[in-house]
Amino acid sequence: MAQLSIIVNGQRHVNEIADNILLVDYIRETLALTGTHIGCDTSQCGACVVHVNGISVKSCTMLAAQADGAEVTTIEGISDGENLHPMQEAFHEQHGLQCGFCTPGMVMSAIELVEKNKDLSEQDIREGLEGNICRCTGYHNIVKAVQTAASKMQR
Amino acid sequence: MYATRYSKPKNIEEGVSALHAAEDGKLLAGGMTLIPTLKQRLAAPDCLIDLSTIGLSGISGAGDGLIIGAMTTHAEVERSADVQKQLPALSVLAGGIGDRQVRNCGTIGGSIANNDPAACYPAALLALAAQITTNKRTLAADDYFTGMFETALAEDEIITEIKFPKTHKASYAKFGNPASRYAMVGVFIAKTDAGGLRVAITGAGQDGVFRHNGLEAALAQSFDVAAIDATAIEDSELMSDIHASADYRAHLIKEMSKRALQAIG
Ligand code: FES
Ligand code: FES
Repeated sequence: MAQLSIIVNGQRHVNEIADNILLVDYIRETLALTGTHIGCDTSQCGACVVHVNGISVKSCTMLAAQADGAEVTTIEGISDGENLHPMQEAFHEQHGLQCGFCTPGMVMSAIELVEKNKDLSEQDIREGLEGNICRCTGYHNIVKAVQTAASKMQR
Repeated sequence: MYATRYSKPKNIEEGVSALHAAEDGKLLAGGMTLIPTLKQRLAAPDCLIDLSTIGLSGISGAGDGLIIGAMTTHAEVERSADVQKQLPALSVLAGGIGDRQVRNCGTIGGSIANNDPAACYPAALLALAAQITTNKRTLAADDYFTGMFETALAEDEIITEIKFPKTHKASYAKFGNPASRYAMVGVFIAKTDAGGLRVAITGAGQDGVFRHNGLEAALAQSFDVAAIDATAIEDSELMSDIHASADYRAHLIKEMSKRALQAIG
């Protein structure tokens, strides 16, 4: 057991955690923030993507203990109250989701991609989202959503 | 994942003592291979020693080469202005590893410590005649990669930095596995003062990364695509698996060598 002190969506949490607990399990089970999904057990699908100190990571491939002292943002932490984040809005407008299972990870990956890169081409977006798999295969609309959001976020 | 202990040493000495104290301790770098392995219960180390806080990350562009700290992530190498200026092929290589989230966490030291036969970095280190510095010594890439998932590292040896010599020409081309982005075949061609002209191949060899003597000799004669075309690529020592036959890999070696040469700067 170790003590974890972490800021998640702006709020500090201090918990005793098992040394082998994954960040995603801590987020979902200890903090009950179930917007972050687990879509695989092989670190390939990206449904679990969150931001740790501003970079996108697969929270199923990091121990919670590794995130000690970090600032984490999950899908629950990106809207401004009732106002959706531009990326969420764009996924809504462009029908960028079908079942929605991959969506939290897609949105978190896409936000970091757009924040760190200007003038993204369609190809850049497709490559930037290589770590996120959509089982419904709705990639065209996902790309459109990211393009729409990028133009709003970078205005 | 099996139960394990997590420790976060503050310096190399603490890391080494943690390794000595453990029965089967494992060093944790970016975790991009180790954590999936633990999740699958394919390993059960009694202690994980996290190297993220002992100051092993960073890039410095010393006049006659580049020094990259072992814990520097692929994303950092990809975006580094020093790397882009002095060794752009390495930035391209780092930017093609795995996916964005893997590049955000995965590290150069972790990659070469694991020495996956399909990893990209081993080809760069071997072709560029890089030097690997550990807490104990400095090794030439030629002596470091000793086989598939095998290196010259001792049990309690920790990589601290990798030094790339002054480079005249360098280029990497890979045919990535469409699912994993690991190299089915990756070819790194380089000219350095330290190593001369070298062609290193990853993804294809039964013993991991290797230099291709035939291609090196041909390119030394004449540094052009025709020389590659005229070189026979033996497939008897190449890997055959569900992704590609040895024969197909031999074909890819030729193809990727041509692409690397055409893009060389
Ligand atoms: S749950 Fe699939 S990559 Fe994390
Ligand atoms: S919307 Fe169903 S998995 Fe992507």
